[in-house]
Amino acid sequence: MIKFLIKGLLRDKSRSRIPVLVVAVGVMLTVFMHAFVTGYMGDTIEMNARFTHGHVKVMTRAYAEEMNQMPNDLALLEVDELTNKLNAMFPDVIWSPRIQFGGLVDVPDKNGETRSQGPAFGMALDFLSAHSAEVKRMNIEKTLVRGSLITKPGQALLSEKFAQNLGLKPGDEFTLIGSTMYGSMAFYNFTLAGTVTFGVEQMDRGALLVDIYDARIALNMENAVGELIGFLSDGFYNNDEAKAIASEFNAVYAETEDEYAPVMKTLAQQGTMGQYVALVDVWTVYISMVFVIAMALVLWNAGLLGALRRYGEFGIRLAMGEEKRHVFNTLIYESFVIGVLGTILGTAFGLLFSWLMQTYPIDMSAMLEGATMMMPTQIKARITPDTYYIGFIPGLLSTVVGSALAGIGIFKRKTSQLFKELEA
Amino acid sequence: MNESNNNAESKNTPLGGLGVKSPLGDLGVERNNNAETQTPPSGGGGVIITTSQLIKRFPMGKGEFTALKGIDLEFGIGEFAGLIGPSGSGKTTLLNILGSLDSPTEGEAIVLGQSVSKLSAKGAARLRKESLGFIFQSYNLLQVHTVFENVEFPLLLLNYTAAERKKMVMDALEWVGLTDKVKSKPPKLSGGECQRVAIARAMVKRPSLVLADEPTANLDAANSHNILKTMENLNRQLKTTFLFATHDEKVIGYLKRKIFLKDGYVDKDELVNN
Ligand SMILES: Nc1ncnc2c1ncn2[C@@H]1O[C@H](COP(=O)(O)OP(=O)(O)O)[C@@H](O)[C@H]1O
Ligand SMILES: [Mg+2]
Repeated sequence: MIKFLIKGLLRDKSRSRIPVLVVAVGVMLTVFMHAFVTGYMGDTIEMNARFTHGHVKVMTRAYAEEMNQMPNDLALLEVDELTNKLNAMFPDVIWSPRIQFGGLVDVPDKNGETRSQGPAFGMALDFLSAHSAEVKRMNIEKTLVRGSLITKPGQALLSEKFAQNLGLKPGDEFTLIGSTMYGSMAFYNFTLAGTVTFGVEQMDRGALLVDIYDARIALNMENAVGELIGFLSDGFYNNDEAKAIASEFNAVYAETEDEYAPVMKTLAQQGTMGQYVALVDVWTVYISMVFVIAMALVLWNAGLLGALRRYGEFGIRLAMGEEKRHVFNTLIYESFVIGVLGTILGTAFGLLFSWLMQTYPIDMSAMLEGATMMMPTQIKARITPDTYYIGFIPGLLSTVVGSALAGIGIFKRKTSQLFKELEA
Repeated sequence: MNESNNNAESKNTPLGGLGVKSPLGDLGVERNNNAETQTPPSGGGGVIITTSQLIKRFPMGKGEFTALKGIDLEFGIGEFAGLIGPSGSGKTTLLNILGSLDSPTEGEAIVLGQSVSKLSAKGAARLRKESLGFIFQSYNLLQVHTVFENVEFPLLLLNYTAAERKKMVMDALEWVGLTDKVKSKPPKLSGGECQRVAIARAMVKRPSLVLADEPTANLDAANSHNILKTMENLNRQLKTTFLFATHDEKVIGYLKRKIFLKDGYVDKDELVNN
């Protein structure tokens, strides 16, 4: 009997290959959509992470209290030692030093008198170390409007609008007027290497990007940084992983009362990001669910129609004396096999496409008018553990339930009725 | 009502035992042994079907449509009989009830000692599996299965071994002259060949009763005569009871008993003597 059913299944394209294909396509779309939505929704988080938050961030406790005021007088000291320690504790996390600072950009004329001036929001990051991933992470090269990247000490980047307002072009010099870590005035001369766009008004109005070593010298922050930000190895924020890392690190300093002791905060623990992370989670689930339900309905229908189409065959088998329950069971077994095969196939292909789009994101900067640092220019999928099994909901459950619903008709109808449908 | 019921059962006891309780392999062998001894077409070997005041109504719109309006019939083992009547006279409806594919609204149909209306779904399936064969106007073969597999299917339900099945299927295909088409599939066969496969499928388990609903409706004259002769032979050799539903003159010519249905009534019931 099993042989008989398998033969029927294999030989009847509309019973095997086509349903498996339909299920596979449905599951593939579901899996891919899930990865896509997860990637897309997570993009804003990643942008914040890249730009300021990191996936985790180490600061002094005092700094953490007033983080948005960029209190560099409360900066981390002995950064090299701390970085070594972090690397030892979390070898998979990539650590980058950052200093955020405020100041005044002053442009002198030939006589050294102030020609123009403007308040700047400064960000120092590691442009020049060979191993630094910061330039790539921040997508700076693609957002260049004029000039070039920082290639040697003493160079700086300004937002294009800011540079225009100040009347600066690449190659021009200007002075940063700020305050050192110890509260005294700081003056430091930079050469403008190039200009960039951020795509966010506040930043475009007055952003200054410099190399971390220049900033340290300028602000008197020898072996000190405002923040050390860490990025998880797979490049995506994972709240549970970040929390685990943070609490492991913080446990080391649990005993001290020192307000300059380092403390690690996850992205979600910084400002309003926690709400956003929660929101993204919820929306990812919602959007995925809508898609899962839509696909489930399609596959449910496919299962239903596939079984309805076979009422004639069921009629014959019943006439031969097969029991209704047995016909129904074989229908369910068949749809189960089809569901499993289709789901495995669809999940495999869905994961493949998701992986491709995770590894090789679609670059939108050609379509958008120039790239900006704070607007996502890449469409990227993201595979999470859910991606592996989300396809089983429409693929297996709906297929089997659809077939079962159609199969109930076997019980509801008189066998003679099944023949009428066969002859029609 | 009760009386006829009892009658039917008492008359049927030996046959019921034969058809339902004894293993089918034995049954087939017995039948084959009996094939040589001539049995009169009806009455001689006991009763196989009794209907009493059989009524079938179908819901139609807000009301009901009465397709069978009180049928009283009795068939003996080995009959070669037919329900004759124009389209809509209730032939199929009656055949479906006798085949336990449908149940009567009122009255009683006793088939092989069992009341169709009292059979559970399981009991009906068992009756069909063990004792009934069906032949349909549109053949109703499983399209993706070979001739062999189509004929083999009823035996799968009866749990014969592969070797037994092979022997029985080949025998059945020999009866209908299709041993050369064992591996063909229905779409590759002519209408006449398809119907012969259907006959082999109905006969392979040596059922007590074969119900054939307009078996020649899709066939030309030559094929019609061919399959009728085949069935006539099987009726004679295996003592299988055949009950047709037809309005085809060619079929009517072969019948040993003609029951004319008209608007759900038995209009005439004639025995053919020769
Ligand atoms: N399931 C059904 N529902 C309603 N009416 C039916 C049904 N089956 C048969 N009938 C009606 O019962 C009558 C007898 O049908 P049927 O037994 O198929 O006739 P025949 O086989 O003699 O052509 C017809 O008028 C037909 O329309
Ligand atoms: Mg009919």
